[in-house]
Amino acid sequence: MSTATLAKTATSATVEFRALRRTFGATTALDGLDLTVNPGELLALLGPSGCGKTTALRILAGFESHDSGQVLVDGEDVTRIPAHKRDAGMVFQSYSLFPHLTAIDNVAFGLRMRGTGKAQRRRRAQELLELVGLPQRAEHYPHQMSGGQQQRIALARALALQPRVLLLDEPLSALDAKVRLNLREEIRRLQQELGITTLFVTHDQEEALSMADRVAVLRAGRLEQCAAPSELYARPATAFVAEFVGTMSRIPCERAGEGTVSVLGRRHAVDGAMPATGDLHVLVRPENVLLAPSPQGPALVVSASFLGAVTRLTVRLADGTEIKADLPTEGATALPVGSAADIALPDRPVLVDRR
Amino acid sequence: MAQLISRLRVWRGAVLLLAGIYFLVPMAASVWFSIDDVNGIGFDAYTGLLSAPGFTDSLWLTLGLAAVTVVVLLLLLVPAMIAVRLGSPRLRPVLEVVCTLPLVVPPVALTAGLIGVLRWGPDYLMDTPFFQTFVFIQQPEFPLVLVIAYVLMALPLAYRALDAGLRAVDVRTLVEAARNCGASWPRAVFAVILPNLRGALLNASFLTLALVLGEFTAASILGYEPFSVWIYSVGNSQGQMSVAVSVLSLLITWVLLLLLAAAGRERHHKTATS
Repeated sequence: MSTATLAKTATSATVEFRALRRTFGATTALDGLDLTVNPGELLALLGPSGCGKTTALRILAGFESHDSGQVLVDGEDVTRIPAHKRDAGMVFQSYSLFPHLTAIDNVAFGLRMRGTGKAQRRRRAQELLELVGLPQRAEHYPHQMSGGQQQRIALARALALQPRVLLLDEPLSALDAKVRLNLREEIRRLQQELGITTLFVTHDQEEALSMADRVAVLRAGRLEQCAAPSELYARPATAFVAEFVGTMSRIPCERAGEGTVSVLGRRHAVDGAMPATGDLHVLVRPENVLLAPSPQGPALVVSASFLGAVTRLTVRLADGTEIKADLPTEGATALPVGSAADIALPDRPVLVDRR
Repeated sequence: MAQLISRLRVWRGAVLLLAGIYFLVPMAASVWFSIDDVNGIGFDAYTGLLSAPGFTDSLWLTLGLAAVTVVVLLLLLVPAMIAVRLGSPRLRPVLEVVCTLPLVVPPVALTAGLIGVLRWGPDYLMDTPFFQTFVFIQQPEFPLVLVIAYVLMALPLAYRALDAGLRAVDVRTLVEAARNCGASWPRAVFAVILPNLRGALLNASFLTLALVLGEFTAASILGYEPFSVWIYSVGNSQGQMSVAVSVLSLLITWVLLLLLAAAGRERHHKTATS
């Protein structure tokens, strides 16, 4: 079965979470989640531990019940359908291959449950193994394979029944860095070729930003923002999103009029709504901080981290505020640790938050 | 360092030798006693076993009791343990305490309790269908009351064996993975969980079998004659034959243990060669 054949037979679905709520005792895991996943889209659910992302996925898979709200797949409420009839393939964090079955039997398991004949299911399982690049491992048992290989087999198993939705529950978190990088490219390639609607749960922002068509950031069971990775990074809707996605420094600022603040001695327009009361901080990304060597400058370089093409400097202001700034590595040599520098922000609207 | 290793080897050898003497000398003495004849060596004690009155009856009774005990025990324990792991993990300590409780009840006390119930029951249940139940479970041909006693006695051993097996597999995730692949609850358990508990099921069965083969107190006090009681009664009249039977039962136990180990190794070998 080539990806083209699979893509032809695959049916991508629209998934909608409507006012989904789930509590565990006094803990609210999902607090009225509203979210739509478009057909053929890879949507990453991103957030810190306990934000409800895995709960949402498990409710969609049928492994968890909900208190109220709806989960619609192509307009049909699936919350009353048992897990084994939901038509959603899932890849778990802990591989979850059946230890007593070989790779090919693992992949063919779902087809066996459906009553597909032995010859046919083995042929299809073999084709899926080729799809994930492991045809030579067909007769190996899970304990004879590496973590990355096991996860590929788990992916093939999830795709075997040609599900309408593919659910990935932190599938890369148990793998080492290099395998993780390869596998995430592999998953993305397959997802795009098959055009299957995919929900990908992760707490790794880099993973979410690099793989997903859109990223939904969750916090305490609520959706903070759902947007394309570039938009999420450049125009975060809330301070939480701004600080959770990428690196942010907080710089104290003063109100300087309607929709304007004064920071580092200059006035800047505020991006979005400005809190009506209270002291404010400007949120700024390291690549947006401008530094120039100056013996009388207000910023003192306190540390430098080499990141390859750029070097991340941490500078300290007189009031103790620490700000991170990314400079091209060649330029950063002019600002060694202990040197002073002038500091400024680009002349564009800034994001502010309460102190 | 080399000196330390050689000293450790000497100690290891000494401990092994002592343990070997401790186990092998009584066994060798038993074998020698069972074949010692006035004319040299003879196997009359072994050849006469099959024709000895009560041998086959007691052996079959014991094997039958063991088989039923194993089945009842596994039917009780396996679903309960899987259900607790999947549905109510908080109840695990409760189940553990309940299952290991028989360890602190001596067989004599357990049997005394059973006798009390058996005496009390018919008086109170004379006019109810339960009276026939009391009669039925005490039939000499197949005393189910012994199965009840054996199930209680084997409960801690079987629980430990199964618990070790369940700890080795991520039951919840495997069931979820199976259900995600279209398996209903029962199929998920039968197609995924039980095959991965094969070793634990064999261990629990073997321990139960070994316990039933050797249990004497309950059967003797309740007045039945399974294999262990028969050996004891034969020992009073035919000492050589009773020792021969003991040696034979030891061999049977070893064979069962080897079969268990072979069954466990079979899969390992299968996976290694693949």
